[in-house]
Amino acid sequence: MLKTVIPFGPQHPVLPEPLHLKLTVEDEVITEAIPALGFVHRGLEMLANIRDFKQMTQVVERVCGICSMIHAMCYCQGIEAIMGIEVPRRATFLRTIWSELNRMHSHLLWLGLFADSFGFESLFMQLWKIREKVLDLNEATAGNRIIVSVNVIGGVRRDLAPEQISWMLAELAEVEQEINRLGSTLLTDYTVKKRTAGKGVITKDKAFELGLAGPTLRASGVCQDMRMLGYAAFDQLDFEPVVETGGDCYARSKVRFREVLQSIDLIRQALSRIDQSEIRTKVKGRPQGETVCRVEQPRGELFYYIKADGTKNLERLRIRTPTFANIPALLSILPGMWLSDVPVAVLSIDPCISCTER
Amino acid sequence: MRDEVISVDPDNLVGAVAKIKVEGYRFVTLSCMQGDENMVVVLYHFDKDLVLKHLRVSVPADRALPSITPVYFAAFLVENEIQDLFGLRFSGLAVDYERTLYLEGDVKVTPFCRYTVAKMNADKAKMLSASADLPGTGGS
Repeated sequence: MLKTVIPFGPQHPVLPEPLHLKLTVEDEVITEAIPALGFVHRGLEMLANIRDFKQMTQVVERVCGICSMIHAMCYCQGIEAIMGIEVPRRATFLRTIWSELNRMHSHLLWLGLFADSFGFESLFMQLWKIREKVLDLNEATAGNRIIVSVNVIGGVRRDLAPEQISWMLAELAEVEQEINRLGSTLLTDYTVKKRTAGKGVITKDKAFELGLAGPTLRASGVCQDMRMLGYAAFDQLDFEPVVETGGDCYARSKVRFREVLQSIDLIRQALSRIDQSEIRTKVKGRPQGETVCRVEQPRGELFYYIKADGTKNLERLRIRTPTFANIPALLSILPGMWLSDVPVAVLSIDPCISCTER
Repeated sequence: MRDEVISVDPDNLVGAVAKIKVEGYRFVTLSCMQGDENMVVVLYHFDKDLVLKHLRVSVPADRALPSITPVYFAAFLVENEIQDLFGLRFSGLAVDYERTLYLEGDVKVTPFCRYTVAKMNADKAKMLSASADLPGTGGS
């Protein structure tokens, strides 16, 4: 059989960001997939040697637009751990609320793109319509729709008024109702299942061996979610990770769909348990020491290694994003697939390339 | 760091990583940084039940570290990234991009490290040199 090499990306209708895959095919079946990166690499980690450690909060927010809030939260938690800063209880709840709003709009964005990848345009539009409501919640509470920029070292820079809390609860009820209305289509529709069920299967052992993260890992039956660490206010909320066992593209979409509903539940819990206190602790001095901080991004485990030597600049800032961990999954699932299934399989890991390349 | 950090000699690295895998740890990532003088420090991070374990390896910048991809295949991407950004070489890499994961093939500097010796594969250098001489490619 004649082998053909087909370039997939970096510009491709289903890819929101530039990822290049060199696909070797025999007939129309993939035999090898080699990823190529570097189209949006910005060297942001090195800015830690130029910007001071407080300015870096704004820099890490811009590693990726979709996950910006959680990047900043992870970074601030790391610096707070090094400096021994105790964040006010209210601030931890506010961080939890905004991080779950972040997860909701990221998952809704992905669910829409996923529907688009197998040609279900109306589902794509309905999901993004719901996402607009979540972005409105961000705008009303934080002043911005995507890069909310609420985190500072020592707490948060914005607070919620009591009337905003009741308004948020009403909005979330509407969002929940609309998501549930689409649930039957997304999870039981013949077309969706035909294009996703049984495609790109990653077994539990394989997922663990490849070091996968987030919904991609949990869809293969591994119960691992960084929120189990209890950072921010997660230790004060009732939380159980969403786990599926199918390991295929369908299971990965099911995990993300269920996580949107879970986020609504977590926000409701946080809003009911938030108390009145300060939202920010004053920060004095400079960090000295090293730490590792991990949080759960929409795409999975976000890892920050921070090393500080007591000067205003950090000695080293290392960021490992979940997509970086999930790219080896593509090398595992693509061989043996039909070329027509590649867009669905690639999107199923929810690739975020600006995160990956930093 | 609050987690366990074990210092390992480069020669014993792969054995130590294999032992960690047998203990049931998941590979997380590597962190690379400049050490004292001409040294590069690499931290290997592993996770088991949400608890991290780290291996710390110091190696001269011009010496290759053994790749851990025979043990954890997933490490190929981050090892290639370190090759690109720090110039530190990994021997036995399962998928070796020859410093072209992020960089163009003719780049010899190491963007994240000021003193690393970056060496290009001789065959690749020859190929790049030949392609630069082709008409229309901007070569002489």
